[in-house]
Amino acid sequence: MLNAALLLGLLAIPLWAWIVDEPFTITLVTRAVILAIAGVGLNVALGLGGLVSLGHAAFFGLGGYAMGILAYHAQTYTPLIEVPFLIEGTKSMPVIWLVAIAVSALAALAIGALSLRTTGVYFIMITLAFGQMFYYFAISWPAYGGEDGLSIYVRNGVAGLNMMDPLTFFAICYALLLLVLFIVSRLAASPFGLMLGAARQNPARVEAVGQGPYRLYLTAFVISGAITGLAGALFADLNRFVSPVMLSWQTSGEIMVFVILGGVGRVFGPVAGAALFIALEHWLGGLSDYWHIYLGAILLGVVLFARGGIYGLIAGRGVAHD
Amino acid sequence: MTEPVIDVRGITKAFGGLVASDDITLDLKPGEIHALIGPNGAGKSTLIAQIAGALRPDRGQVWLTGQDVTALDTPARARRGLGRTFQISSLAMDYTVLQNAMIGALGRRGDVMRFLRPVMRDTALREAAETALDQVGLSEFRALRTAELSHGQRRQLELAVALTLNPRAFVMDEPMAGLGAEGSKRLITFLSELRARTPILLVEHDMDAVFALADRISVLVGGRIIATGPVSEIRANEEVRSAYLGQEDVQP
Repeated sequence: MLNAALLLGLLAIPLWAWIVDEPFTITLVTRAVILAIAGVGLNVALGLGGLVSLGHAAFFGLGGYAMGILAYHAQTYTPLIEVPFLIEGTKSMPVIWLVAIAVSALAALAIGALSLRTTGVYFIMITLAFGQMFYYFAISWPAYGGEDGLSIYVRNGVAGLNMMDPLTFFAICYALLLLVLFIVSRLAASPFGLMLGAARQNPARVEAVGQGPYRLYLTAFVISGAITGLAGALFADLNRFVSPVMLSWQTSGEIMVFVILGGVGRVFGPVAGAALFIALEHWLGGLSDYWHIYLGAILLGVVLFARGGIYGLIAGRGVAHD
Repeated sequence: MTEPVIDVRGITKAFGGLVASDDITLDLKPGEIHALIGPNGAGKSTLIAQIAGALRPDRGQVWLTGQDVTALDTPARARRGLGRTFQISSLAMDYTVLQNAMIGALGRRGDVMRFLRPVMRDTALREAAETALDQVGLSEFRALRTAELSHGQRRQLELAVALTLNPRAFVMDEPMAGLGAEGSKRLITFLSELRARTPILLVEHDMDAVFALADRISVLVGGRIIATGPVSEIRANEEVRSAYLGQEDVQP
Protein backbone atom coordinates (compact mmCIF):
# COMPACT_ATOMS: atom_id res chain seq x y z
CA MET A 1 0.00 0.00 0.00
CA LEU A 2 2.57 2.48 1.19
CA ASN A 3 4.91 1.34 -1.56
CA ALA A 4 2.26 1.99 -4.20
CA ALA A 5 1.40 5.40 -2.72
CA LEU A 6 5.05 6.39 -2.70
CA LEU A 7 5.61 5.33 -6.29
CA LEU A 8 2.38 6.94 -7.48
CA GLY A 9 3.36 10.16 -5.74
CA LEU A 10 6.72 10.16 -7.48
CA LEU A 11 4.89 9.62 -10.76
CA ALA A 12 2.08 12.14 -10.20
CA ILE A 13 4.22 15.15 -9.30
CA PRO A 14 6.18 15.27 -12.59
CA LEU A 15 2.98 14.65 -14.59
CA TRP A 16 1.32 17.55 -12.82
CA ALA A 17 4.43 19.67 -13.32
CA TRP A 18 4.36 18.78 -17.00
CA ILE A 19 0.75 19.90 -17.34
CA VAL A 20 1.37 23.24 -15.60
CA ASP A 21 4.70 23.51 -17.43
CA GLU A 22 7.16 23.52 -14.52
CA PRO A 23 10.20 21.67 -15.88
CA PHE A 24 12.23 22.48 -12.80
CA THR A 25 9.91 20.40 -10.63
CA ILE A 26 10.28 17.48 -13.02
CA THR A 27 14.05 17.73 -12.75
CA LEU A 28 13.77 17.89 -8.97
CA VAL A 29 11.74 14.67 -8.83
CA THR A 30 14.09 13.04 -11.34
CA ARG A 31 16.92 13.87 -8.96
CA ALA A 32 15.01 12.22 -6.13
CA VAL A 33 14.37 9.14 -8.27
CA ILE A 34 18.06 8.79 -9.23
CA LEU A 35 19.23 9.27 -5.65
CA ALA A 36 16.60 6.73 -4.59
CA ILE A 37 18.27 4.19 -6.89
CA ALA A 38 21.60 4.93 -5.22
CA GLY A 39 19.96 4.51 -1.81
CA VAL A 40 18.29 1.24 -2.78
CA GLY A 41 21.72 0.08 -3.92
CA LEU A 42 23.45 1.01 -0.67
CA ASN A 43 20.61 -0.60 1.25
CA VAL A 44 21.51 -4.00 -0.19
CA ALA A 45 24.82 -3.78 1.68
CA LEU A 46 23.75 -1.67 4.65
CA GLY A 47 20.22 -2.87 5.27
CA LEU A 48 20.22 -6.48 4.10
CA GLY A 49 23.85 -7.30 4.86
CA GLY A 50 24.53 -4.97 7.78
CA LEU A 51 27.64 -3.67 6.00
CA VAL A 52 28.10 -0.02 6.96
CA SER A 53 29.93 1.24 3.90
CA LEU A 54 31.10 4.83 3.93
CA GLY A 55 32.67 4.41 0.51
CA HIS A 56 29.70 4.08 -1.80
CA ALA A 57 30.52 7.43 -3.36
CA ALA A 58 33.27 5.49 -5.15
CA PHE A 59 30.66 3.48 -7.04
CA PHE A 60 28.37 6.47 -7.54
CA GLY A 61 31.30 8.45 -8.92
CA LEU A 62 32.62 5.60 -11.04
CA GLY A 63 29.19 5.36 -12.66
CA GLY A 64 29.30 9.09 -13.19
CA TYR A 65 32.76 9.01 -14.73
CA ALA A 66 31.83 6.01 -16.88
CA MET A 67 29.18 8.23 -18.40
CA GLY A 68 31.43 11.31 -18.48
CA ILE A 69 34.41 9.65 -20.09
CA LEU A 70 32.44 7.72 -22.72
CA ALA A 71 30.37 10.77 -23.67
CA TYR A 72 33.43 13.07 -23.64
CA HIS A 73 35.20 10.90 -26.20
CA ALA A 74 32.05 10.72 -28.29
CA GLN A 75 31.54 14.49 -28.33
CA THR A 76 35.20 15.22 -29.09
CA TYR A 77 35.43 12.41 -31.67
CA THR A 78 38.52 11.01 -30.00
CA PRO A 79 38.94 7.30 -29.33
CA LEU A 80 39.00 6.16 -25.70
CA ILE A 81 41.92 3.83 -26.40
CA GLU A 82 43.54 2.70 -29.62
CA VAL A 83 45.90 0.03 -28.33
CA PRO A 84 45.50 -2.95 -28.19
CA PHE A 85 42.16 -2.42 -29.88
CA LEU A 86 40.03 0.59 -30.68
CA ILE A 87 37.38 1.64 -28.18
CA GLU A 88 35.39 4.70 -29.05
CA GLY A 89 33.23 6.84 -26.84
CA THR A 90 29.47 6.51 -26.96
CA LYS A 91 26.36 8.59 -26.44
CA SER A 92 24.16 5.54 -26.06
CA MET A 93 22.64 5.37 -22.60
CA PRO A 94 22.16 1.58 -22.41
CA VAL A 95 25.82 1.04 -23.26
CA ILE A 96 26.84 3.63 -20.67
CA TRP A 97 24.61 1.98 -18.06
CA LEU A 98 26.15 -1.42 -18.70
CA VAL A 99 29.67 0.00 -18.50
CA ALA A 100 28.81 1.87 -15.30
CA ILE A 101 27.36 -1.29 -13.75
CA ALA A 102 30.31 -3.43 -14.82
CA VAL A 103 32.96 -0.95 -13.68
CA SER A 104 31.40 -0.32 -10.28
CA ALA A 105 30.73 -4.02 -9.75
CA LEU A 106 34.41 -4.76 -10.43
CA ALA A 107 35.49 -1.98 -8.09
CA ALA A 108 33.09 -3.29 -5.42
CA LEU A 109 34.55 -6.76 -5.86
CA ALA A 110 38.08 -5.48 -5.29
CA ILE A 111 37.19 -3.10 -2.44
CA GLY A 112 34.85 -5.61 -0.83
CA ALA A 113 37.31 -8.48 -1.04
CA LEU A 114 39.79 -6.47 1.01
CA SER A 115 37.44 -4.50 3.29
CA LEU A 116 35.30 -7.48 4.29
CA ARG A 117 38.26 -9.03 6.07
CA THR A 118 37.48 -6.48 8.75
CA THR A 119 34.26 -5.75 10.60
CA GLY A 120 32.59 -2.95 12.51
CA VAL A 121 34.32 0.39 12.71
CA TYR A 122 37.37 -0.90 10.77
CA PHE A 123 35.14 -1.78 7.86
CA ILE A 124 33.66 1.73 7.89
CA MET A 125 37.15 3.25 7.93
CA ILE A 126 38.52 1.05 5.15
CA THR A 127 35.59 1.71 2.83
CA LEU A 128 35.97 5.41 3.59
CA ALA A 129 39.66 5.21 2.75
CA PHE A 130 38.99 3.48 -0.57
CA GLY A 131 36.39 6.11 -1.41
CA GLN A 132 38.87 8.90 -0.69
CA MET A 133 41.46 7.18 -2.88
CA PHE A 134 39.13 7.45 -5.86
CA TYR A 135 38.30 11.03 -4.93
CA TYR A 136 41.89 12.23 -4.85
CA PHE A 137 42.73 10.26 -7.95
CA ALA A 138 39.95 12.03 -9.86
CA ILE A 139 41.09 15.42 -8.57
CA SER A 140 44.67 14.90 -9.63
CA TRP A 141 44.00 13.31 -13.02
CA PRO A 142 43.92 16.17 -15.52
CA ALA A 143 42.81 14.16 -18.57
CA TYR A 144 39.15 14.40 -17.56
CA GLY A 145 38.96 17.82 -16.00
CA GLY A 146 40.57 17.09 -12.68
CA GLU A 147 39.03 19.18 -9.96
CA ASP A 148 36.87 21.13 -12.44
CA GLY A 149 35.03 18.07 -13.63
CA LEU A 150 33.77 17.24 -17.05
CA SER A 151 30.86 18.85 -18.89
CA ILE A 152 28.77 16.99 -21.44
CA TYR A 153 26.82 19.22 -23.81
CA VAL A 154 23.92 17.02 -24.80
CA ARG A 155 22.29 14.34 -22.69
CA ASN A 156 22.96 10.84 -23.92
CA GLY A 157 20.28 9.02 -25.82
CA VAL A 158 18.27 5.86 -25.83
CA ALA A 159 16.30 4.54 -28.80
CA GLY A 160 16.05 7.92 -30.52
CA LEU A 161 14.07 9.55 -27.68
CA ASN A 162 14.64 13.21 -26.92
CA MET A 163 16.38 13.02 -23.58
CA MET A 164 16.60 16.78 -23.20
CA ASP A 165 12.86 16.67 -22.62
CA PRO A 166 12.66 16.49 -18.81
CA LEU A 167 9.62 14.22 -18.76
CA THR A 168 11.20 11.67 -21.09
CA PHE A 169 14.36 11.52 -19.02
CA PHE A 170 12.27 11.26 -15.88
CA ALA A 171 10.31 8.35 -17.35
CA ILE A 172 13.53 6.47 -18.13
CA CYS A 173 14.88 7.01 -14.62
CA TYR A 174 11.56 6.07 -13.07
CA ALA A 175 11.39 2.87 -15.08
CA LEU A 176 14.91 1.98 -13.94
CA LEU A 177 13.94 2.66 -10.33
CA LEU A 178 10.98 0.29 -10.70
CA LEU A 179 13.25 -2.35 -12.21
CA VAL A 180 15.82 -1.99 -9.44
CA LEU A 181 13.11 -2.12 -6.76
CA PHE A 182 11.68 -5.25 -8.34
CA ILE A 183 15.08 -6.97 -8.44
CA VAL A 184 16.01 -5.96 -4.89
CA SER A 185 12.67 -7.03 -3.41
CA ARG A 186 13.05 -10.41 -5.12
CA LEU A 187 16.60 -10.55 -3.81
CA ALA A 188 15.49 -9.81 -0.25
CA ALA A 189 12.99 -12.68 -0.34
CA SER A 190 15.33 -15.14 -2.06
CA PRO A 191 17.41 -17.93 -0.49
CA PHE A 192 20.40 -15.59 -0.77
CA GLY A 193 18.46 -12.83 0.99
CA LEU A 194 17.45 -15.16 3.82
CA MET A 195 21.00 -16.31 4.42
CA LEU A 196 22.45 -12.81 4.04
CA GLY A 197 20.01 -11.51 6.65
CA ALA A 198 21.03 -14.35 8.94
CA ALA A 199 24.69 -13.44 8.42
CA ARG A 200 23.86 -9.84 9.34
CA GLN A 201 22.14 -10.87 12.55
CA ASN A 202 24.40 -13.70 13.57
CA PRO A 203 27.42 -14.84 11.52
CA ALA A 204 28.05 -17.77 13.87
CA ARG A 205 24.63 -19.16 13.04
CA VAL A 206 25.41 -19.10 9.32
CA GLU A 207 28.72 -20.89 9.88
CA ALA A 208 27.02 -23.52 12.01
CA VAL A 209 24.71 -24.41 9.12
CA GLY A 210 27.68 -24.83 6.79
CA GLN A 211 27.83 -21.51 4.98
CA GLY A 212 30.55 -18.85 4.88
CA PRO A 213 29.38 -15.31 5.72
CA TYR A 214 32.24 -13.72 3.73
CA ARG A 215 30.94 -14.99 0.40
CA LEU A 216 27.45 -13.67 1.19
CA TYR A 217 28.74 -10.27 2.27
CA LEU A 218 30.94 -9.92 -0.80
CA THR A 219 28.13 -10.82 -3.20
CA ALA A 220 25.82 -8.30 -1.52
CA PHE A 221 28.55 -5.66 -1.67
CA VAL A 222 29.07 -6.20 -5.41
CA ILE A 223 25.34 -6.05 -6.19
CA SER A 224 25.07 -2.96 -4.02
CA GLY A 225 27.98 -1.25 -5.76
CA ALA A 226 26.63 -2.09 -9.21
CA ILE A 227 23.22 -0.52 -8.48
CA THR A 228 24.84 2.57 -6.99
CA GLY A 229 27.04 2.81 -10.09
CA LEU A 230 23.98 2.79 -12.33
CA ALA A 231 22.53 5.64 -10.27
CA GLY A 232 25.81 7.52 -10.68
CA ALA A 233 25.61 7.27 -14.48
CA LEU A 234 22.04 8.61 -14.44
CA PHE A 235 22.98 11.39 -12.01
CA ALA A 236 25.80 12.54 -14.28
CA ASP A 237 23.42 12.46 -17.22
CA LEU A 238 20.87 14.50 -15.29
CA ASN A 239 23.41 17.25 -14.64
CA ARG A 240 25.32 16.71 -17.89
CA PHE A 241 28.30 17.15 -15.64
CA VAL A 242 30.54 14.92 -13.57
CA SER A 243 33.10 16.07 -11.03
CA PRO A 244 35.08 14.63 -8.12
CA VAL A 245 32.30 15.84 -5.79
CA MET A 246 30.38 12.72 -6.78
CA LEU A 247 33.28 10.70 -5.34
CA SER A 248 33.60 12.65 -2.10
CA TRP A 249 32.79 11.13 1.26
CA GLN A 250 29.97 13.64 1.71
CA THR A 251 28.22 11.86 -1.16
CA SER A 252 28.63 8.54 0.67
CA GLY A 253 27.16 10.19 3.73
CA GLU A 254 24.20 11.59 1.83
CA ILE A 255 23.33 8.23 0.31
CA MET A 256 23.50 6.75 3.80
CA VAL A 257 21.18 9.50 5.05
CA PHE A 258 18.55 8.43 2.48
CA VAL A 259 18.72 4.90 3.77
CA ILE A 260 18.55 5.85 7.45
CA LEU A 261 15.80 8.45 6.92
CA GLY A 262 13.71 6.02 4.94
CA GLY A 263 14.29 2.90 6.98
CA VAL A 264 17.30 0.61 7.05
CA GLY A 265 16.64 -2.81 5.55
CA ARG A 266 13.33 -1.91 3.97
CA VAL A 267 13.46 -2.25 0.22
CA PHE A 268 11.36 0.86 -0.41
CA GLY A 269 12.80 2.80 2.53
CA PRO A 270 15.52 4.67 0.60
CA VAL A 271 12.92 5.82 -1.94
CA ALA A 272 11.02 7.58 0.83
CA GLY A 273 14.31 8.78 2.30
CA ALA A 274 15.58 10.26 -0.96
CA ALA A 275 12.22 11.88 -1.69
CA LEU A 276 12.13 13.43 1.78
CA PHE A 277 15.74 14.57 1.46
CA ILE A 278 15.11 16.33 -1.82
CA ALA A 279 11.91 17.89 -0.50
CA LEU A 280 13.73 19.18 2.57
CA GLU A 281 16.64 20.40 0.48
CA HIS A 282 14.20 22.28 -1.73
CA TRP A 283 11.94 23.81 0.94
CA LEU A 284 14.37 24.27 3.78
CA GLY A 285 17.13 25.27 1.38
CA GLY A 286 14.80 28.06 0.25
CA LEU A 287 14.41 29.26 3.84
CA SER A 288 18.01 29.13 4.93
CA ASP A 289 21.46 28.38 3.63
CA TYR A 290 21.99 26.37 6.78
CA TRP A 291 19.20 23.91 6.12
CA HIS A 292 21.46 21.01 7.04
CA ILE A 293 20.89 21.94 10.68
CA TYR A 294 17.22 21.03 10.30
CA LEU A 295 18.10 17.91 8.38
CA GLY A 296 20.43 16.96 11.21
CA ALA A 297 17.68 17.46 13.76
CA ILE A 298 15.29 15.29 11.76
CA LEU A 299 17.94 12.63 11.32
CA LEU A 300 18.61 12.66 15.04
CA GLY A 301 14.91 12.27 15.70
CA VAL A 302 14.70 9.30 13.34
CA VAL A 303 17.72 7.57 14.85
CA LEU A 304 16.55 8.16 18.43
CA PHE A 305 12.82 7.59 18.15
CA ALA A 306 12.06 5.80 14.89
CA ARG A 307 14.69 3.16 14.24
CA GLY A 308 12.73 1.84 11.28
CA GLY A 309 12.93 5.27 9.63
CA ILE A 310 9.86 7.10 8.35
CA TYR A 311 8.93 3.91 6.59
CA GLY A 312 8.91 1.89 9.75
CA LEU A 313 6.99 4.68 11.50
CA ILE A 314 4.15 4.54 9.00
CA ALA A 315 4.12 0.92 7.93
CA GLY A 316 5.01 -0.72 11.26
CA ARG A 317 6.77 -4.02 11.38
CA GLY A 318 6.27 -6.15 8.33
CA VAL A 319 5.06 -9.73 8.44
CA ALA A 320 7.51 -12.14 6.88
CA HIS A 321 5.10 -14.97 6.16
CA ASP A 322 1.79 -16.42 7.35
CA MET B 1 34.54 -52.04 17.03
CA THR B 2 32.45 -49.56 15.14
CA GLU B 3 34.27 -46.51 13.89
CA PRO B 4 33.70 -43.41 16.01
CA VAL B 5 31.74 -40.54 14.44
CA ILE B 6 33.69 -37.92 16.33
CA ASP B 7 37.23 -38.79 17.32
CA VAL B 8 39.28 -36.32 19.31
CA ARG B 9 42.91 -37.41 19.36
CA GLY B 10 45.16 -35.90 21.95
CA ILE B 11 44.30 -32.25 21.46
CA THR B 12 46.09 -29.61 23.48
CA LYS B 13 45.25 -25.93 23.54
CA ALA B 14 46.93 -23.31 25.68
CA PHE B 15 46.10 -19.64 26.14
CA GLY B 16 49.33 -18.11 27.39
CA GLY B 17 50.16 -20.08 30.52
CA LEU B 18 46.69 -21.56 30.90
CA VAL B 19 46.34 -25.03 29.42
CA ALA B 20 42.63 -25.17 28.60
CA SER B 21 42.82 -28.53 26.85
CA ASP B 22 45.50 -30.90 28.07
CA ASP B 23 46.01 -33.88 25.78
CA ILE B 24 42.30 -34.67 25.49
CA THR B 25 41.24 -37.87 23.82
CA LEU B 26 37.54 -38.53 23.44
CA ASP B 27 35.23 -40.24 20.99
CA LEU B 28 31.58 -40.49 20.08
CA LYS B 29 30.34 -43.80 18.75
CA PRO B 30 27.26 -44.41 16.62
CA GLY B 31 24.06 -44.77 18.62
CA GLU B 32 25.32 -43.33 21.88
CA ILE B 33 24.98 -40.26 24.00
CA HIS B 34 28.34 -39.33 25.39
CA ALA B 35 28.04 -36.73 28.14
CA LEU B 36 30.84 -34.33 28.92
CA ILE B 37 30.67 -32.93 32.44
CA GLY B 38 32.95 -30.80 34.50
CA PRO B 39 32.94 -27.80 36.78
CA ASN B 40 32.89 -24.25 35.40
CA GLY B 41 36.23 -23.33 33.91
CA ALA B 42 37.17 -26.96 33.24
CA GLY B 43 37.63 -26.22 29.54
CA LYS B 44 34.38 -27.64 28.14
CA SER B 45 33.70 -24.64 25.93
CA THR B 46 37.27 -24.63 24.61
CA LEU B 47 36.97 -28.31 23.76
CA ILE B 48 33.62 -27.80 22.00
CA ALA B 49 35.05 -24.87 20.04
CA GLN B 50 37.89 -27.09 18.81
CA ILE B 51 35.53 -29.87 17.80
CA ALA B 52 33.19 -27.44 16.00
CA GLY B 53 36.05 -25.64 14.25
CA ALA B 54 35.98 -22.22 15.88
CA LEU B 55 39.37 -22.86 17.53
CA ARG B 56 42.41 -24.66 16.15
CA PRO B 57 44.20 -26.96 18.61
CA ASP B 58 47.92 -26.46 19.25
CA ARG B 59 48.48 -30.20 19.01
CA GLY B 60 46.40 -33.23 18.19
CA GLN B 61 43.62 -33.92 15.70
CA VAL B 62 39.87 -33.90 15.35
CA TRP B 63 38.39 -36.63 13.15
CA LEU B 64 34.85 -36.61 11.84
CA THR B 65 33.33 -39.73 10.27
CA GLY B 66 36.74 -41.16 9.50
CA GLN B 67 38.32 -38.00 8.13
CA ASP B 68 40.83 -35.63 9.66
CA VAL B 69 39.03 -32.28 9.85
CA THR B 70 41.56 -30.49 12.06
CA ALA B 71 42.43 -28.01 9.31
CA LEU B 72 38.82 -27.31 8.27
CA ASP B 73 36.81 -24.30 9.39
CA THR B 74 33.36 -24.31 11.00
CA PRO B 75 31.26 -24.23 7.79
CA ALA B 76 33.26 -27.07 6.26
CA ARG B 77 32.80 -29.23 9.36
CA ALA B 78 29.08 -28.42 9.41
CA ARG B 79 28.82 -29.57 5.79
CA ARG B 80 30.56 -32.80 6.74
CA GLY B 81 27.81 -33.54 9.21
CA LEU B 82 28.53 -31.80 12.48
CA GLY B 83 25.34 -30.34 13.97
CA ARG B 84 25.94 -27.97 16.81
CA THR B 85 23.76 -26.17 19.32
CA PHE B 86 25.17 -23.24 21.23
CA GLN B 87 25.32 -22.68 24.95
CA ILE B 88 24.10 -19.13 24.44
CA SER B 89 21.35 -19.19 21.83
CA SER B 90 22.78 -18.20 18.50
CA LEU B 91 19.80 -17.36 16.35
CA ALA B 92 18.69 -14.66 13.93
CA MET B 93 16.60 -12.68 16.40
CA ASP B 94 14.76 -10.51 13.86
CA TYR B 95 13.62 -13.54 11.91
CA THR B 96 10.58 -15.60 12.69
CA VAL B 97 10.88 -19.04 14.23
CA LEU B 98 10.17 -20.65 10.86
CA GLN B 99 12.76 -18.50 9.08
CA ASN B 100 15.40 -19.62 11.56
CA ALA B 101 14.59 -23.25 10.86
CA MET B 102 14.69 -22.45 7.13
CA ILE B 103 18.25 -21.17 7.54
CA GLY B 104 19.27 -24.63 8.66
CA ALA B 105 17.40 -26.41 5.87
CA LEU B 106 18.83 -24.01 3.27
CA GLY B 107 22.34 -24.29 4.67
CA ARG B 108 22.14 -28.04 4.41
CA ARG B 109 20.86 -28.02 0.84
CA GLY B 110 23.57 -25.52 0.00
CA ASP B 111 22.03 -23.63 -2.94
CA VAL B 112 22.37 -20.29 -1.21
CA MET B 113 23.39 -18.35 -4.33
CA ARG B 114 19.88 -18.11 -5.74
CA PHE B 115 18.74 -14.57 -6.06
CA LEU B 116 15.26 -14.31 -7.48
CA ARG B 117 13.13 -17.24 -6.26
CA PRO B 118 11.06 -16.58 -3.11
CA VAL B 119 12.56 -18.82 -0.44
CA MET B 120 9.50 -18.94 1.78
CA ARG B 121 7.54 -20.56 -1.05
CA ASP B 122 10.10 -23.34 -1.43
CA THR B 123 7.98 -26.25 -0.29
CA ALA B 124 10.85 -28.71 0.18
CA LEU B 125 12.72 -26.34 2.48
CA ARG B 126 9.56 -25.39 4.31
CA GLU B 127 8.63 -28.98 4.96
CA ALA B 128 12.08 -29.75 6.32
CA ALA B 129 11.90 -26.70 8.57
CA GLU B 130 8.38 -27.40 9.77
CA THR B 131 9.16 -31.04 10.50
CA ALA B 132 12.02 -29.96 12.73
CA LEU B 133 9.85 -27.39 14.52
CA ASP B 134 7.23 -30.05 15.00
CA GLN B 135 9.79 -32.40 16.54
CA VAL B 136 10.80 -29.89 19.20
CA GLY B 137 7.24 -28.69 19.75
CA LEU B 138 7.54 -25.18 18.34
CA SER B 139 5.11 -25.49 15.40
CA GLU B 140 2.49 -23.16 16.84
CA PHE B 141 5.09 -20.42 17.32
CA ARG B 142 6.41 -20.56 13.77
CA ALA B 143 5.25 -17.06 12.77
CA LEU B 144 6.53 -15.46 15.98
CA ARG B 145 9.62 -13.30 15.94
CA THR B 146 12.49 -15.17 17.56
CA ALA B 147 13.27 -12.25 19.88
CA GLU B 148 9.82 -12.76 21.43
CA LEU B 149 10.51 -16.38 22.40
CA SER B 150 11.25 -17.35 25.98
CA HIS B 151 14.72 -18.53 26.89
CA GLY B 152 13.63 -22.16 26.90
CA GLN B 153 11.90 -21.83 23.54
CA ARG B 154 15.07 -20.40 22.05
CA ARG B 155 16.92 -23.50 23.22
CA GLN B 156 14.32 -25.63 21.49
CA LEU B 157 14.72 -23.59 18.32
CA GLU B 158 18.50 -24.05 18.50
CA LEU B 159 17.85 -27.76 18.49
CA ALA B 160 15.33 -27.50 15.64
CA VAL B 161 17.86 -25.68 13.45
CA ALA B 162 20.45 -28.37 14.18
CA LEU B 163 17.86 -31.04 13.31
CA THR B 164 17.22 -29.51 9.87
CA LEU B 165 20.90 -30.09 9.11
CA ASN B 166 20.28 -33.83 9.45
CA PRO B 167 23.83 -34.21 10.76
CA ARG B 168 25.98 -37.29 11.35
CA ALA B 169 26.73 -36.19 14.90
CA PHE B 170 25.35 -33.63 17.32
CA VAL B 171 27.38 -31.51 19.68
CA MET B 172 24.95 -29.96 22.15
CA ASP B 173 26.08 -27.35 24.60
CA GLU B 174 23.67 -27.32 27.57
CA PRO B 175 20.40 -27.91 25.74
CA MET B 176 18.50 -28.29 29.02
CA ALA B 177 19.34 -24.85 30.37
CA GLY B 178 16.25 -22.76 31.04
CA LEU B 179 13.77 -25.42 29.98
CA GLY B 180 11.98 -26.04 33.29
CA ALA B 181 10.94 -29.44 34.63
CA GLU B 182 8.30 -30.22 32.03
CA GLY B 183 10.47 -29.09 29.10
CA SER B 184 13.49 -31.04 30.37
CA LYS B 185 11.43 -34.21 30.64
CA ARG B 186 10.20 -33.81 27.07
CA LEU B 187 13.68 -33.12 25.76
CA ILE B 188 15.13 -36.13 27.61
CA THR B 189 12.58 -38.38 25.92
CA PHE B 190 13.32 -36.78 22.56
CA LEU B 191 17.12 -37.01 22.80
CA SER B 192 16.86 -40.55 24.05
CA GLU B 193 15.08 -41.53 20.83
CA LEU B 194 17.29 -39.34 18.67
CA ARG B 195 20.50 -41.16 19.61
CA ALA B 196 19.61 -44.24 17.58
CA ARG B 197 19.63 -42.09 14.44
CA THR B 198 22.35 -39.61 15.36
CA PRO B 199 24.82 -39.86 18.24
CA ILE B 200 25.12 -36.91 20.60
CA LEU B 201 28.06 -35.40 22.41
CA LEU B 202 26.24 -33.72 25.27
CA VAL B 203 27.64 -31.01 27.48
CA GLU B 204 25.21 -30.58 30.34
CA HIS B 205 25.06 -29.27 33.88
CA ASP B 206 21.73 -30.90 34.72
CA MET B 207 22.97 -34.12 36.36
CA ASP B 208 19.53 -35.74 36.38
CA ALA B 209 19.43 -35.37 32.60
CA VAL B 210 23.01 -36.62 32.24
CA PHE B 211 22.39 -39.72 34.34
CA ALA B 212 19.09 -40.39 32.59
CA LEU B 213 20.52 -40.05 29.08
CA ALA B 214 24.21 -40.83 28.93
CA ASP B 215 25.63 -44.12 27.73
CA ARG B 216 29.07 -42.90 28.70
CA ILE B 217 30.32 -39.95 30.70
CA SER B 218 33.63 -38.14 30.45
CA VAL B 219 34.69 -35.89 33.28
CA LEU B 220 36.76 -32.85 32.42
CA VAL B 221 38.59 -31.09 35.22
CA GLY B 222 41.27 -28.46 34.73
CA GLY B 223 41.58 -29.23 31.00
CA ARG B 224 42.12 -32.97 31.52
CA ILE B 225 39.76 -35.90 31.15
CA ILE B 226 40.04 -37.54 34.57
CA ALA B 227 37.61 -40.37 33.85
CA THR B 228 35.57 -41.87 31.03
CA GLY B 229 33.08 -44.69 31.42
CA PRO B 230 29.49 -45.84 31.85
CA VAL B 231 27.24 -43.94 34.25
CA SER B 232 27.54 -46.43 37.13
CA GLU B 233 31.32 -46.41 36.95
CA ILE B 234 31.52 -42.61 36.97
CA ARG B 235 29.12 -42.35 39.90
CA ALA B 236 31.28 -44.76 41.85
CA ASN B 237 34.59 -43.14 40.91
CA GLU B 238 36.24 -41.63 43.97
CA GLU B 239 38.33 -39.15 42.02
CA VAL B 240 35.27 -37.84 40.20
CA ARG B 241 33.31 -37.56 43.42
CA SER B 242 35.95 -35.49 45.10
CA ALA B 243 36.73 -33.38 42.05
CA TYR B 244 33.25 -32.71 40.88
CA LEU B 245 30.18 -34.52 42.08
CA GLY B 246 30.91 -33.74 45.72
CA GLN B 247 30.85 -30.03 45.07
CA GLU B 248 28.02 -28.22 46.74
CA ASP B 249 26.76 -26.43 43.62
CA VAL B 250 25.76 -29.70 42.00
CA GLN B 251 22.74 -31.76 42.90
CA PRO B 252 23.61 -35.49 42.89
